Amino acid sequence: MSKKLRIATTSLAGCFGCHMSILDIDERLLALLELVEFDRSPITDIKHCGPCDIGIIEGGICNADNVHVLYEFRKSCKILIAIGSCAITGGLPAQRNHLDLESCLTEVYLTEPGLAHGHIPNDPELPLPLDKVHPLHEVVKIDYFIPGCPPSGDAIWKFLTDLIAGKTPELGHGLIKYD
Amino acid sequence: MSDTFQLDGASVPFEPGQTVMQAALAAGHYIPHLCYHPEFKPHGSCKLCTVKIGGRTAASCTMPAEAGLNIESDIEELNALRRTLVQMLFAEGNHFCPSCEKSGNCMLQALGYDLEVHTAGFRHMYPDRPLDASHPDILLDFNRCILCELCVRASGEVDGKNVFALSGRGITKHLVVNAESGLLKDTNIALADKAMHVCPVGVILPKRVGFSVPIGKRKYDQRPISAQALDDAPRQGDAGGSCASCEGTS
Ligand code: SF4
Ligand code: SF4
Ligand code: FES
Repeated sequence: MSKKLRIATTSLAGCFGCHMSILDIDERLLALLELVEFDRSPITDIKHCGPCDIGIIEGGICNADNVHVLYEFRKSCKILIAIGSCAITGGLPAQRNHLDLESCLTEVYLTEPGLAHGHIPNDPELPLPLDKVHPLHEVVKIDYFIPGCPPSGDAIWKFLTDLIAGKTPELGHGLIKYD
Repeated sequence: MSDTFQLDGASVPFEPGQTVMQAALAAGHYIPHLCYHPEFKPHGSCKLCTVKIGGRTAASCTMPAEAGLNIESDIEELNALRRTLVQMLFAEGNHFCPSCEKSGNCMLQALGYDLEVHTAGFRHMYPDRPLDASHPDILLDFNRCILCELCVRASGEVDGKNVFALSGRGITKHLVVNAESGLLKDTNIALADKAMHVCPVGVILPKRVGFSVPIGKRKYDQRPISAQALDDAPRQGDAGGSCASCEGTS
């Protein structure tokens, strides 16, 4: 049998919902594992990408660390897939984009009741937030998009099996969803 | 016997005065559309309904039907153009479908589904458009307006109230409320108005009923917009086949 495809996955500014949906392909995961093996992914806990055929990224770009991880994926993966509303549109985190970052941080950490003596977190371990949240395709080239919040296990299965079979992935009515 | 034109190789009959869109839908041929509504004068602004006639593009919702026209619609060249138009609408507003009350019942979203639009592709503009929640029963969320003027047409032509208008030009064009304060609470709009029921997207929303229909049971969960638009289209011989409010087109 031919060599297995190597897949890496990660969650950036997302909620891990899309990864839960990947697990939602249920027992078909076993069929998938006949065709692919996982590289860097929360499933394997491998911390950095080796050379991969497919990278799947959930979540948009909201801080400096997200940018580094995205670059690592783009460098290591032949095909990069953005999965879910946040990766594709910025999603929920991007709902702050029409506001100024400083006013967001001030309101959350300084002026909201209950945090009267709070301060804006500044530990050097924390990645710096970006001024705006970006969908992945605004930062690197993305080859495919699986929309949904999250896309269903069935949609992910259809998309990946089309792709692995060398077809242009199509979702069709019932599987394509933006919500 | 009525005259006919050719649409994607099929023969489509039409009555004098019908547009290409009206005749096509009545005969069971779907042409994608967003700003066209069977009860109103065509607006011709969204260009989703663009077809090719003798090699030239035209908006089928405003194009009068003529005998012998040879029209192409469902071809990849035009569907690619339609996909781009839908993508631009998504990128220029704030369309966060997961938290939108209109999701599942939205024409823009349903067209995106039908055309297999997986991404807006362009740089999102994330405009700053505050809501108008001033009215006790009605919410206005300007973030999702696609400037189709259906509410403007309904409020003016049917309700006789002129509650809405579009103001500005080009990228600064936007929906305004016709009141000194600019707020909906200072108009005489009412829940039963036609203007409350024509917005194809999630801008004009009755309060306290959002998300009452579960996912799976909403309008476009059931069947794609292409199938439903044909059911909704006035048929030849229907009493209201070409409706009273479409003077000039019927
Ligand atoms: S108006 Fe339609 S496309 Fe826009 S956010 Fe709501 S459901 Fe999505
Ligand atoms: S509010 Fe709705 S109906 Fe009115 S112009 Fe905007 S999209 Fe069209
Ligand atoms: S439907 Fe014809 S231009 Fe909008």
